[in-house]
Amino acid sequence: MKSFFYYLCKRLAAVLPLLLVLPFMTFCLMHLMPGNYFDSLRLNPQISPETIKKYEALYHLDKPLLAQYFHWLENIVHLDFGYSFAYKQPVLKVLASRLWNTFLLSGVAFAAAWFLAVILGLWAGMRRGSWIDRILHFIAYTGLSMPAFLLSILFLALAAHWGSLPLGGMRSVGYEEMSWPLKCLDVGRHMVIPVTVIALHSWGYLFRVMRAQVSEIVESDFVLLFRAYQVSPHNIAFKHVARNALNPMISIFGLELPSLFSGVALVEIITGWPGLGQIMLQAVRTQDVFLVLGNMVMISVLLVAGNLIADILLVAADPRIRMEKP
Amino acid sequence: MKARPSAFCAALVFVIVIMIGALLAGWIAPYSPQEEVRRDSYHPPTKIHFVDSRGHFSFRPFVYATHAEYDDNLRRVYSEDQSHKYYLRFLIPRLVTVEEPGRIYLLGTDSRGRDLFTRILFGARLSLSMAVLGALLAGFAGLVMGSLSGYFGGNVDAVLMRVAEFFIMIPGFYLLLALRGVLPPSLDTKQVYALIVVILALIGWGSVARVIRGLVYSIREKDFVRAAKVLGRGDAEILVRHIFPHTFSYLAIVISVSIPGFILGESALSVLGLGIQDPDVSWGNLLTESLAVAHLRMHPWIVAPAILIIVTSLCFNRLGDAFNYRSQS
Repeated sequence: MKSFFYYLCKRLAAVLPLLLVLPFMTFCLMHLMPGNYFDSLRLNPQISPETIKKYEALYHLDKPLLAQYFHWLENIVHLDFGYSFAYKQPVLKVLASRLWNTFLLSGVAFAAAWFLAVILGLWAGMRRGSWIDRILHFIAYTGLSMPAFLLSILFLALAAHWGSLPLGGMRSVGYEEMSWPLKCLDVGRHMVIPVTVIALHSWGYLFRVMRAQVSEIVESDFVLLFRAYQVSPHNIAFKHVARNALNPMISIFGLELPSLFSGVALVEIITGWPGLGQIMLQAVRTQDVFLVLGNMVMISVLLVAGNLIADILLVAADPRIRMEKP
Repeated sequence: MKARPSAFCAALVFVIVIMIGALLAGWIAPYSPQEEVRRDSYHPPTKIHFVDSRGHFSFRPFVYATHAEYDDNLRRVYSEDQSHKYYLRFLIPRLVTVEEPGRIYLLGTDSRGRDLFTRILFGARLSLSMAVLGALLAGFAGLVMGSLSGYFGGNVDAVLMRVAEFFIMIPGFYLLLALRGVLPPSLDTKQVYALIVVILALIGWGSVARVIRGLVYSIREKDFVRAAKVLGRGDAEILVRHIFPHTFSYLAIVISVSIPGFILGESALSVLGLGIQDPDVSWGNLLTESLAVAHLRMHPWIVAPAILIIVTSLCFNRLGDAFNYRSQS
């Protein structure tokens, strides 16, 4: 157990700097940006320069870069992410529901992709060269090369044609009056297109890895031995081959996260899903400094959390890592 | 995976056709990309006829003039006026044109009555060249950083690789937005062009550097590098003359594999209104009109650029895979 914690701390030390560096880089970038949010207010004759000065001082925007950064960091520790000028609300309040929405979308999509990849990859890998294998491989290849955001345009166009699925957004009109099963159903219907599109893309990659793993393990000596002992093919597949093939599938989890979030962000914008990606675009456009920063923090939190979960799962799945001497 | 020759050839032909299309856009496209005919807004693809209304067959294909009417739902519906035939002209002065005042829209028109086929060809110029330049730049930066890191090792290696890992770890889209957000929104097309190339390269160099580092790390232990060192050659000379050439085959693969990603990166930026802006065309900003999905039922040909980008990236992927496969076997 001790080595487990050692391993976890090591991994944590590797990913945690991201939490500090990413906001700092964004901070520098935002500082380079010509002007700030108050520039548009300055053009308004009804707002006196003194008021703007007061507000700049309030948010420390008149201080040097490093001072601003440390002020901001200090507030973060108190869970104060600053104030969104465009939404006239604390950033945390604006982002909280968005964070959940993005988490919901990417979580469901990735879970579906991963689950299907494991099952179908196992199936195809055990029957390498069969027509099922070839069809799945073709779909995976196509899905992998299909950019999620273009695919979502096509899917939305098809949905507009058939009129059976909602065209973007997350909730229908009248959502508030629905009973909760209907609410779930409603959100579910809105999720179909974005989830399919994102999942198809991740699935292609995961499926290929799983299939390659399985078909390599199937050739190995221990499987041959089990066959010779007449262990049922069902048991060989699920107990022995799957268990061994799962390892890289878990470590990929962390590596896949950045591209998953990029894809999700674009799909969010195109399908109108109210998540982090969508609000990031708005915030960058309106130079809403603290909202952009808060967004970057949220994304890095999601990244770090995802990586840690992957590490824990990996330890759970592979006893060899637990045995490793510190 | 096996590279199937037929699929490889199809992909190669498609990529070459697109490239030629982009290069010769001025001659292939029937119109200029900025030419607007407002009365032909959302004109469907023009029908090309061989048989006229009286059943006479003509070897020379022709089109009819069209005019718009509003139907009961106040939508514009185009109908053909079959009283006069306009014959197509080939090769001179352009690949396909039609006798004036007839007009030919091979893929229909957009909201402002601009020929989509023309705009796709001209858009390919910007989009493809940006992707290729971005990939080259990323490859070059990755080569330099990776080989410095692998060759010198130690602190240089540690610092450079942390930076590279950082760029790999950030979701590309957020980096793209943050970087683009820094710069003023009102740049002219040339500046935006250069900017996008640089941003794309900045996102892509990390993963190249990491692999190049691994390669160089093993190459520097080879005897010929030691021999060069013993002979008193400088580090720069050893790197450039003896180590770089061994990484080129890998680099070629990486660059070709990363092109589709860069095409997508550009189109993502432009579709969000942060890239190439309207009167100029790239594949990305052609997509902006297909974002109004609810209206696509009325003019489905507007999604043509989306389909084209998908097919192109599929083909580039196929080529990259084939190179990859060959280099491994």
